[in-house]
This record gives sequence, C-alpha cells and structure tokens, in this order.
Amino acid sequence: MSELTPPAAKALPHFVNTAPFDPRTIEALTPAQERIYLASQWQLMWWKFKRHKVAVWCGVFLGFLFFVAIFAEFLAPYKLDSRHIESIYHPPQGIHFFHEGSFRGPFVYGSDYKLNMDNLKREYTLNPQKVHPLRFFCTAEPYEMWGFIAGSTHLFCAPEGETVFLLGTDRLGRDMLSRIIFGARVSLTIGLVGVAISFTLGIIIGGLAGYYGGWVDMIVQRVIEVIQSIPSIPLWLALAAIMPVTWSPLVVYFAITVILGLLDWTGLARAVRSKLLALREEDYVLAAQLMGASTSRIIGRHLIPGFISHLIATATISIPTMILGETALSFLGLGLRPPVTSWGVLLTEAQNINVVALYPWLMLPVVPVILVILAYNFLGDGLRDAADPYK
Amino acid sequence: MLRYIFRRVLIMIPTLLITSALIFTIIELPPGDYFESYVAELQAQGEKVDEERLNFLREEYGFDKPPVERYFQWLGGWFVGDFGYSFAYELPVADVVGDRLFLTILVSFVTIIFTWLIAFPIGIYSATHQYSWGDYSLTFVGLLGLATPNFLLALLMMYFANRWFGTSIGHLMAPEFLDQPMSWAKLRSIFEHLWIPVIVIGTSGTAGMIRRLRANLLDELQKQYVTTARAKGLHPFKALMKYPLRMSLNFFIADIGSVLPQIISGAEVVAIVLSLETTGPLLINALQSQDMYLAGSFLMFLAILTVIGVLISDIALAFLDPRIRLSGGSTK
Repeated sequence: MSELTPPAAKALPHFVNTAPFDPRTIEALTPAQERIYLASQWQLMWWKFKRHKVAVWCGVFLGFLFFVAIFAEFLAPYKLDSRHIESIYHPPQGIHFFHEGSFRGPFVYGSDYKLNMDNLKREYTLNPQKVHPLRFFCTAEPYEMWGFIAGSTHLFCAPEGETVFLLGTDRLGRDMLSRIIFGARVSLTIGLVGVAISFTLGIIIGGLAGYYGGWVDMIVQRVIEVIQSIPSIPLWLALAAIMPVTWSPLVVYFAITVILGLLDWTGLARAVRSKLLALREEDYVLAAQLMGASTSRIIGRHLIPGFISHLIATATISIPTMILGETALSFLGLGLRPPVTSWGVLLTEAQNINVVALYPWLMLPVVPVILVILAYNFLGDGLRDAADPYK
Repeated sequence: MLRYIFRRVLIMIPTLLITSALIFTIIELPPGDYFESYVAELQAQGEKVDEERLNFLREEYGFDKPPVERYFQWLGGWFVGDFGYSFAYELPVADVVGDRLFLTILVSFVTIIFTWLIAFPIGIYSATHQYSWGDYSLTFVGLLGLATPNFLLALLMMYFANRWFGTSIGHLMAPEFLDQPMSWAKLRSIFEHLWIPVIVIGTSGTAGMIRRLRANLLDELQKQYVTTARAKGLHPFKALMKYPLRMSLNFFIADIGSVLPQIISGAEVVAIVLSLETTGPLLINALQSQDMYLAGSFLMFLAILTVIGVLISDIALAFLDPRIRLSGGSTK
C-alpha cells in the first residue's frame, strides 16, 4: 500500500493547460436553445399553444365563423328577411354533383309543391328532372354591406327564376341558411361583448380586493359568494323580464349583454384576487411603491401584466356560458326580439313539438351553437395550457 | 365539529340578508306595480275596474309606502312564515309555492344522484386511462352534453319518449293526476316522467364534474405515495381505491356547492319547456306580471335551497376532511 502513495515531501507536478480558456464554451447554447432562452414570454406561449393541435384548429374555425359573420351579406344567398311565399316550410335541398351518371357540377334538384288536402300539410317532392345548377359570384338580391356599401354579388345563388334552400325555409318562407349566417353576427358578438364587460368588472373589483385586502376584500368576497350562490338563470330571467317592452331591439341587445356580464364577473374577480394576493408581496411592488407609483399604476402596469394570459384563458372559457345564456333567454322569449336575429331567436321557431315531428330542419341553428361552444372550450383549454409556458 | 357547524350556519345569515336585498331590488326595478298592469289589462278588455278593492289591496300590502319599508315588512314576514300574497292567484304565496317547491327539490336531488352515478365511473376511467381513445371519446361526449342547449335536448327527448315509450307529453306526471292529492299511483307516474328532466338537466353538470374529477384524480395519481404503493407491489386497483380516490372524494362533496346552483338554474329552463309542475313556469309568469311577492319569495326560496345545499356539502366535507374544520378562518 505504502509504495502506491507518493512520498509525502514530494509535491505532485502542477498541471496548467496553456490553451486559451473561455468559460462560456462549457455552457454554449446551440442556436435552437438560444432561441428558446431569448424568446419573449408571449413567443413561448405561442409555441406552446401551437402544440395543442385541436385548440389551433378550433381557433381557425372560430376565425372562419367571424369571417362569415363579417361578410354575411355576400356569403348568404338571400337577405335576412327575404320571403318566398311559394315555398313555406320547404325542406332542405342537398347539393349533388352527378346527374344520371354524368358530372354536372354542384346543383340541386327542384321540387314540386302539393298541398295535402287531408291534413293541409305542404308537401314538397324532389323532382329529379329539374336540375338547377348553382351559379357562383352571381348577381342576385341587392344589399348594402354593413349598411353603406351597396352590392348585389353573392357567393352562390340559384339559376335565374329558381330558388335554392340548402337548409330549408321557415314558416314565412325565409331561407334558413341565410338566417343562420346573419344570426352569427349577434350570437358571436354577444359573447365577446358580455365577456368584455365581465372582464372589466372582474379586473377592477378583483384587483381592488386583492391589492387592498382587509375589509374591502372581505366585502367583495361576501358579495361574490352571494352572487355565486344564487342560481343564475332565474336571476337572468328576472333581469330580462323587467326590461320594458318599449325598448328598441338594439337597446335590448345591449341590456342582455350587460345582464350576462353583470353576473359572470365573479369567477374572474376571484382569480384576479388570489393572484394579486400572492403577487403584491413581491419586491418589485415594494420598489414601485417606494418610487411613488400610484395604486392604479401598480395594479395596471406591474401586477396585471403578470397574469393577463391566465385571465384571457379564463375569459375564453366563460364565453360559451354567455352564448348558451343568450340562446336560452331568447328561446324563452325574454331575450332578443326580432328583427334582431340570433341563433337563439331562430330557435324560438323550434319551440313547438310539432316542429320536431314535421319540420326538423328548423332546429338546425343548434348545430352552429354546439360547434361554437365546443370550439371555445377546446380553444380555452389550449390557451390555459399555453398561459403557463414554463411548465 | 359543533363549533364549525355553528360558525358555518352563522355565515349563512349575512349571505341570505344580502341575497334578499338583491332580489327585492331586482323585483322593484321595473316601473309600476302589479295593479297598474292589472288595471291596464282589464281596461283593454273593456271591463270595469273595482277601484275600491284595488285601493284596499294597495293599502293592505303597503304599496303606498316607500320600498325600503316594504322590504323590511316582507323580510319580517319570513320569520313568522308569511311570505306575502300572490295577486294573480289571490292566495298566500306559501299555498301557491308549497307543492311545486317539493317537486323542485325532488328533481334537483335525483339529478345530483344521477350526475354522480354517471360522472364518477367516467371520471375514474378517464383519469386512469389518460390520453386513451376511451378518455378522448368520453370527454367529448361529456362536452357535447355541455354544449347542447338544455331546452332543445328537452324538446327532443320529450318527442322521442312519446314516440317510443308512449310517455305523455310535458308535465311531471300523467295528465289525469294533475289536480289529485299525492297517492302511490301518482308517485309512480311522477317517477315515470322524472327521468327526462333528470337526464336533460344532468348532462350539463355531468360534463363539468367529469373534467374536474379527472383533473383532481390525475393530480393525486402523480404524487409519490402512489408510486411507492405501486413499487411495493400493491395491486393497481387497490393502489387507486385506497388513497387517491378517497382524496378526490373530498372534492366531489365540495363540488355540490358549485353544481347545485347550476342544477336549479337548468331545472328552471327545462321546466318551462316541458311545462313541469316545478317552479319555472310560475316564476316567469310572476316576473312578467309583476306579481312581486310571488316572484320575490320564489327567487328567495331557490336561493335558500342552494345555500342549504352548500351548507350540507360543507358539513359533509368537514366530516371527511379534518383539516377544514380545524383551520380557523371560514374563507377558503
């Protein structure tokens, strides 16, 4: 053993590497890594969000729907209130491409109308002899886009003198497809406006409660508990029922959004409050205070940006509730009134059990409702995951 | 424990007071009162108005006094079992509401049980088989239930129940039992009709519950004690049942608090579509005709129902989880 250890007096030779030494080479980042480390938080969130494929597609789908809503006049084959009295309760016509084995492009079969004298039911039978090829970018009913751009070009329309009802018509002979497209305007915006209201209320009230704490917090907490403990729909009903009948439909529209927003801010306010309670103890808040920043500046400039992404995700998830709420209120006749048309207003036509049995296509507006709500849910899920990109 | 319950009940009092003030304000907001719309209606029909009777009623129910005074009168009545008078029915509110409130409680209770029965196994399956096809499709079905408007589902189910099972359309019982006192045959008829509203109302709550149960159980399953249990060779089923599930059970009870308002809400809309003998249709009529004591007391009953439900869930939770009753504060 002893011969293996060097003699005590003799020191080991001291090794010095003469090559130039750069301490950064050890932790050198590849360009890809560097990109990640230098990326801003929003960029990280975007990358994380992109990985959630379903959410991205739902976002694209919602974007498409907003596009449809914006260009409704052009995309809808008819105007909102165009009536076709000779085709009342016309069933949907399917799009075909092949007629008797030969390709004819997209077309619909015309129908023959007969009034059944036994039960006075209007009966439409498809006539395979009548081939109505669809025209595209055609000139039909004139309209005023957004109320000031005159035009008469539609994406598609029936041949001259014929009609096309891809989703059927209602009791006044109005085209369902056009009405659903126009209804998207109100149904899609009502959620956004409502969320904007609840967002503002939630941030202000939750922000004050969280930042001041103490008795302000105490009162806000109690109020939130009360509002959350009351069943929301009866309260909506109560608020909607007390709206004077004399109000114009447009005022009613805003009143409904305010009602939806007024009762929805509680969840958001809670989220803001709990985040603020944690964040206000941070050093940078103390620094800002010492430098004389005002309360509103500290909350708005230093604290809110720290968790705004969470708030956006939370808000996205609460949009579906609003859309469903509007639909339910309108369906019960307490919400929007014609001529303002939303999907809920369209569904009031389907209130009757006869409709389910005889004219089931009047229930079609429920399809976009379901799709939009699913899309918002998935989008919200994706945003929520992305809001915390470091996880 | 007793102290916890006592404190918890004490908190209910301010909550209910604020609720009552809020409800009274909402009911008071529209201009005019029931009598004005009543007189207008009678005059529109060309009938004579009994001014004397109207004035008597107005005075009797304090409509000549300021709202604040009326509010305290109304509130004071609650303590002696006087909930006001329904002008449209010309009956005390308690007589109008009684039976219907019982049916509302019945529907809500059965719906909660239904929600649990569905959400519990699905939630466990989704959590233990995360990202499997079963998980995805069950979550999707749950979401679909959330996204479908209740009223349309109610309409469709009513139609198909009539087509396939011959269940009479609308109402919570067969038409011949409508005005009869409670009997076994009536109760059976009620249960035959009950499943439609229960399923319709339950669908929306179920989806939320599945998602929350799944998330909670997943959190629990990632903890180290589960890994330890597995490593020791415990049967996976037992490793799931013994602790993680019990932990997420707590949350299950706590969830009643958030599900109950939702269920009572849903019950209202569905009740209107199906014309159930619960509170929905009555509430809307009362609100629209400004039958204010009926509407106000009704909303108040619903609020009390929810608050009591939440109280029960809180007490059950305190039994299950000692940390809750030991922590001093009442806030979460």
